[in-house]
Amino acid sequence: MPTLLDFRRRIRSVKNTQQITRAMKFVAAARLRRAQEAAIAARPYAKELARMLRSIMSRIAEPKHPLLAKRSEERILALVLTGERGLAGAFNANILRKAQDFFRANKGKKISTIPVGKKGRDALKKAGFNLVAEYVNVLARVDFGRAREIASLVTDLYAKEEIDSVYIVFSEFKTVMTPNLVVTKLLPVEAVHADEESPVGSASSQVDYIYEQPAEQLLGKLLPRYVETQILRAMLESSAAEHAARMTAMESATKNAGDVIEALTLHMNKVRQAAITKEIIEIVSGASYGA
Amino acid sequence: MPDAIDLVIVTPEKQLLRERVADVQMPGENGYLGVLPGHAPLMTELGIGELSYHDRGGKESKHIAIIRGFAEVLPDRVTILAETAERAEEIDLQRAKEALARAEKRLAANDPNIDWDRANVALQRALIRIQVATKRRSALVSGS
Repeated sequence: MPTLLDFRRRIRSVKNTQQITRAMKFVAAARLRRAQEAAIAARPYAKELARMLRSIMSRIAEPKHPLLAKRSEERILALVLTGERGLAGAFNANILRKAQDFFRANKGKKISTIPVGKKGRDALKKAGFNLVAEYVNVLARVDFGRAREIASLVTDLYAKEEIDSVYIVFSEFKTVMTPNLVVTKLLPVEAVHADEESPVGSASSQVDYIYEQPAEQLLGKLLPRYVETQILRAMLESSAAEHAARMTAMESATKNAGDVIEALTLHMNKVRQAAITKEIIEIVSGASYGA
Repeated sequence: MPDAIDLVIVTPEKQLLRERVADVQMPGENGYLGVLPGHAPLMTELGIGELSYHDRGGKESKHIAIIRGFAEVLPDRVTILAETAERAEEIDLQRAKEALARAEKRLAANDPNIDWDRANVALQRALIRIQVATKRRSALVSGS
């Protein structure tokens, strides 16, 4: 039978844990807000770039560029975006499972990966995948420079025909409660995503442009930028999703700790009462002996 | 014929500017180009340089340092996709001067190991930032 003191200790320790999880929850919430703002701020550029790219591609009869070249997919490179740290519920595990599913679906092909994030790096390394490169500690502060570095690495490999396609596995941030795992094709660049084409955009796609540079040359400059923004977007989304997952995980941990404290307190009071009752019985029976 | 241009400047990190302006001068890859309302549709690559525009009153001119990117010109709209863009008042002149000194030193060293292009770009970048920042400063002095 645990004594009262044992209970008090347990409760104190659970309370300490609860304080930590609560603090982590608030930190995650603050970071989530920042990450969300960054993701939203990055949208106009991506949108305008996609619009320009679409418009220029529609004007070139047969756009030719190494990044557009389709090959049969024998060698696949996958960018896997995970978190840097754990304690975010099933966030990392979910992404890695998605990645594993993807690898299994492409059995027999030569698969190499570039993990972004420490958790993914550790897991993929342990699983014995071929890591072309690894980027750790880059998601705490996502910046365009890093996205560009990754982009230039993969576009180089692709242009040199060392790989036949590039996919990116990450967790898209939809809402706090529902992460959305996606595997999207990065290279070759296929249809440029048309997100809510504005009426202005469709009107402008009719006009003839004066090109300061040959259209093909502009296309060649725009395409790598497009790949960069895709990677940047994925990194920003993934980082927002990670913070959201951590926030949810820490919130439920805090709630659990509360439940545990409640149960322990109840139990402790029962034990205390039992002890008091026992003492009374002892006193009473002692008194009756004396009489 | 439109009487103003919607100038939009975006960088990968954020939207820097969205304003109705009277005219725009921008650093095209093949030289500066000026745009007035009603300009023919045009697409160009941008180099390193200074973008300036007049607000609709036409009095005050504003300056922005642009480092590489693309521009799309439509009769009533100019969209600038810049790798980096900084307003004159946001530029840290001290830092730009330090960067200039570093770049000059690196180029002057004549070291075959240096990345020539990179040092050159750094030099141009620093120069344009200083140019834009000092323009803003002198405008402040003469205006007051």
